Amino acid sequence: MKPIYLDYASTTPVDPRVVEKMQDCLTFEGDFGNAGSRSHSFGWKAEELVEEARLNVANLVSCDPREIIFTSGATESDNLAIKGAAYFYKNKGKHIVTSKIEHKAVLDTCRQLEKEGFEVTYLDVDEHGSISPEIVKGALRDDTTLVSLMHINNEIGVINDIEKISEITRDKGILFHVDAAQSAGKIPINLEDSCIDLMSFSAHKIYGPKGIGALYIRRKPRVRLQALFHGGGQERGIRAGTLPTHQIVGLGEAFKVAKQEIDSDFKKINSFKTKLYDGLKDMEEIYVNGDLENGYPGIFNLSFNYVEGESLIMALKNIAVSSGSACTSASLEPSYVLRALGRPDELAHSSIRFSFGRFTKEEDVDFTVDLVKTSVQQLREISPLWEMYLDGVDLSKIEWAS
Amino acid sequence: MAYSNKVVDKFEKTLKDPEAASVGRWKPGDADFDKVGTGIVGAPACGDVMKLQIKCDEVDGVKKIVDAKFKTYGCGSAIASSGQLIDMLKGKTIEEAKEICNQEIVDILELPPIKIHCSVLAEEAIKKAINDFESNDDIRKHNQ
Repeated sequence: MKPIYLDYASTTPVDPRVVEKMQDCLTFEGDFGNAGSRSHSFGWKAEELVEEARLNVANLVSCDPREIIFTSGATESDNLAIKGAAYFYKNKGKHIVTSKIEHKAVLDTCRQLEKEGFEVTYLDVDEHGSISPEIVKGALRDDTTLVSLMHINNEIGVINDIEKISEITRDKGILFHVDAAQSAGKIPINLEDSCIDLMSFSAHKIYGPKGIGALYIRRKPRVRLQALFHGGGQERGIRAGTLPTHQIVGLGEAFKVAKQEIDSDFKKINSFKTKLYDGLKDMEEIYVNGDLENGYPGIFNLSFNYVEGESLIMALKNIAVSSGSACTSASLEPSYVLRALGRPDELAHSSIRFSFGRFTKEEDVDFTVDLVKTSVQQLREISPLWEMYLDGVDLSKIEWAS
Repeated sequence: MAYSNKVVDKFEKTLKDPEAASVGRWKPGDADFDKVGTGIVGAPACGDVMKLQIKCDEVDGVKKIVDAKFKTYGCGSAIASSGQLIDMLKGKTIEEAKEICNQEIVDILELPPIKIHCSVLAEEAIKKAINDFESNDDIRKHNQ
């Protein structure tokens, strides 16, 4: 059997409606032209398709299409927003504020800026993983030029109050960048009504193709960025490089479909999360990582104490999920996001992220509940920690060898 | 996670039939508990804890490992490595068991480089279990 896919936060399959549109932009019979060719109809047609896609993106997040530029993905958008703003406004100040549970695309970019002489404050999160507007406010300094925070966290699904935070940053004249890779098309975003200055998007997290993303750059008040790529002056010189028509059309169509289906997708996904949690919540020693009530239901992270996550993934072999366990990472470090919640390391090792999406079926969730229960029980049967727990031993009082 | 079929097989068999795979424990009060040596290695915070118990008896004048049991918390290869260690132990004399080296487990299970520490843990577990048995044995002899 084909495994059940519950890893939508990692990537999504491309929606067939999107594939259809993309196919029309590749071959000689299709619209293969270069949107930069101003001298013939091939170029004009490609430009028309690119502009239609730009409008689709703008419509989903309520902004002006002229505020959207295309990039190779959310990682590039994060790099361009953070480095681009940091460099452009460096004479105003060299302090940046972000959080400890950002995606690596933001954290590594900030680390790089630190090497270049910028100063970065990494905010702590509360026990659910959210960042309060007050904490952001308290970290702002006279030389702060940029705050960068994510909308929905990719590991635990916690949602930040970006509207409220944007009012604080605007009030202080500081730019606010939001990584919306996990939230665009999943929960409503209204840029017109907020004071957000920069926002990163990805196509492949919402049923579009990999290798394409977008960056929102506010026009009023105008936000300036220093370009990172130089070349043919595309995207108003902010991001040079031939526009990949088929990729952009795919992104646009994915955003258009997302706008149509955002409510029905959410409702369905929310019912799956409820079903999964109802099926598992009576198990002993399980912990929700994130915000059970207010988190995004498509990313649901649970720790099964006394069972190591990678072994649980191996036992759940017909289900595709991911874990914050060290053993699934190349670095052999458990998830920094889960550690930032202040829980003991062993709960990070024991975590599984269930991520539902548009193509998840109810029977997939039923199957998952049954298999998780059986597998956790089997693994606890062979776990010395479970044995100690049943014997009433306090594991935190033991002096472990290594 | 590119595991060999051997790791996957060992892991799955252990889960399906733990008793046949020597999962279990001897606890104080059990008959012959004085013949048991226990080694616990690893730490929950590191994601691996291996508990190995060996039961030793004198056969034809030499001390042999007549039975062994384990429980492991850890990734798939840690569980497979413990099972592999058990297979290697049974019937060996204590002196032979002291010679067990982690590389044998790496070779048999074809462990990827990033998982070699699982086999190291298994080697530490047997060393610790033997150590425990021998120190208990000394006390026993002393008391006799």
